[in-house]
Amino acid sequence: MSALTLARAERLLPSGPGGNAGPGLDAHLDRHGALRIPTRRDPDWRAGILRAVAASGLVGRGGAGFPAAIKWDSVARRSRRPLVVVNAMEGEPASAKDRVLLAYSPHLVLDGAYVAATAVGASDIVICIADHSQPAAASIEAAIAERRRAGTAVVRASVQRPPGRYVTGEESALVGWLENRRALPSMRTDKSVPVSIGRRPALVHNAETLCQVALIARHGPEWFRGMGTEAAPGSTLVTVTGAVRQPGVLEVELGTPLVEILARAGLDTELSAVLLGGYGGAWLDPSRLSTPYAPAPLAAAGAVQGVGVAIALPATACGVAETARIVRYMAGESAGQCGPCVFGLPAIAVDLEALWAGRAGPGVLERIATRAAAVDGRGACGHPDGVARVVRSALAVFGADAAAHAEGRPCAGHAALTVLTLPEAGPGRWAR
Amino acid sequence: MSPSRRIGVRVRVDPIACDAYGYCAELLPERVTLDEWGYPIVDGTPVDAHLVELATRAAAVCPRRAVLLETVMVDR
Repeated sequence: MSALTLARAERLLPSGPGGNAGPGLDAHLDRHGALRIPTRRDPDWRAGILRAVAASGLVGRGGAGFPAAIKWDSVARRSRRPLVVVNAMEGEPASAKDRVLLAYSPHLVLDGAYVAATAVGASDIVICIADHSQPAAASIEAAIAERRRAGTAVVRASVQRPPGRYVTGEESALVGWLENRRALPSMRTDKSVPVSIGRRPALVHNAETLCQVALIARHGPEWFRGMGTEAAPGSTLVTVTGAVRQPGVLEVELGTPLVEILARAGLDTELSAVLLGGYGGAWLDPSRLSTPYAPAPLAAAGAVQGVGVAIALPATACGVAETARIVRYMAGESAGQCGPCVFGLPAIAVDLEALWAGRAGPGVLERIATRAAAVDGRGACGHPDGVARVVRSALAVFGADAAAHAEGRPCAGHAALTVLTLPEAGPGRWAR
Repeated sequence: MSPSRRIGVRVRVDPIACDAYGYCAELLPERVTLDEWGYPIVDGTPVDAHLVELATRAAAVCPRRAVLLETVMVDR
């Protein structure tokens, strides 16, 4: 297999001539073929699909990388009727994959939700799309209507529009919204217990995960494992932006060297780093671009796959400046519930901004590192942990530059145009 | 239950409920210290038997009911 074909996967997102025939049901059936999902109780089918998902080794594509089969099992074991929640909130501003899937492959998302719901005995599907993502919501509404007309709407599905903030797609926040209309993370003492809405267990899956389920249901686990590595089977979506000529959402085989993914997006410049996993992810040193894109190799290189984001930072940009901007944004996106997040994130942002300008006093790097450690793992959700990770990685990858900034000698890039796209501060709204 | 194991207690804090009153750190400094903003940093290793009563008090006096005690199996 040549290096170039390794980077390319076309399971979820069609490409090439005639590949994208539109999001309609006919084009979907032409491309993927029909999928049989029983409408009555069928224990054999249920056992079969549970086995197939377990054998596929599919892990969730929403950031946590949790095995899908274990989630299904823990939900199906509960006595009350579960419901399936499709998480297409995409609170990570650097990610576009869920919006792209809903716009271009809404029927694949629906297929996956129908399969998961039927497998765990759920009677309802709730598709959660951020309030500002109107095209994605319109696309999935149209697809649901099309299924109803075609008589292939296997399980009742509805669309919900929670407020689009960084943490509102976090599982407990999403469930909070569905339960009581407050999209705030909650304290979970035991994460092995599935989240519930009212008293019903909820199977919450990222939209991409469900697309993978739809393909496993059609083609089987062996086919799924025909791509990727033994430890990280299949393909995945990556949103590639920054210093590339063709930014966008790419589907790649897991295990593809990162440099090939960037090359496919048209990388043609020297880099100072790549931000992986999103704004709560980690900076990767450019000397490590050959790292295979999969959870274990990325972790070994100090990075993270997260929600599938790669932002190429050009050598002309300032990593300290970009990190300061990230942390300021993340501080503003805190749900404001936990003290270490409420006080720690702005404190780190202030120091990073002073460092960016070359006006920080002595001890600033130590203080930033200490505070990053102080907020790590001390919130109800992973928001402060993500900030700690991106800050720690910045101090490692941009260490020499950060030291020069600390001595009052900021790099040439500190006054240059900034690269990362950060949304305007949110409306401050958590409830309807 | 294996005879070499006993029921132990470990401390957790609900960070949403916590409002940095700090009583837990005063009562149980062996497991709880405060960060620079006054919020508890909890060492989750099970408390020694002679500290169980203090841990229980720390949970009882927290004005926000943010101190949680978890029972765990520990080696004797």
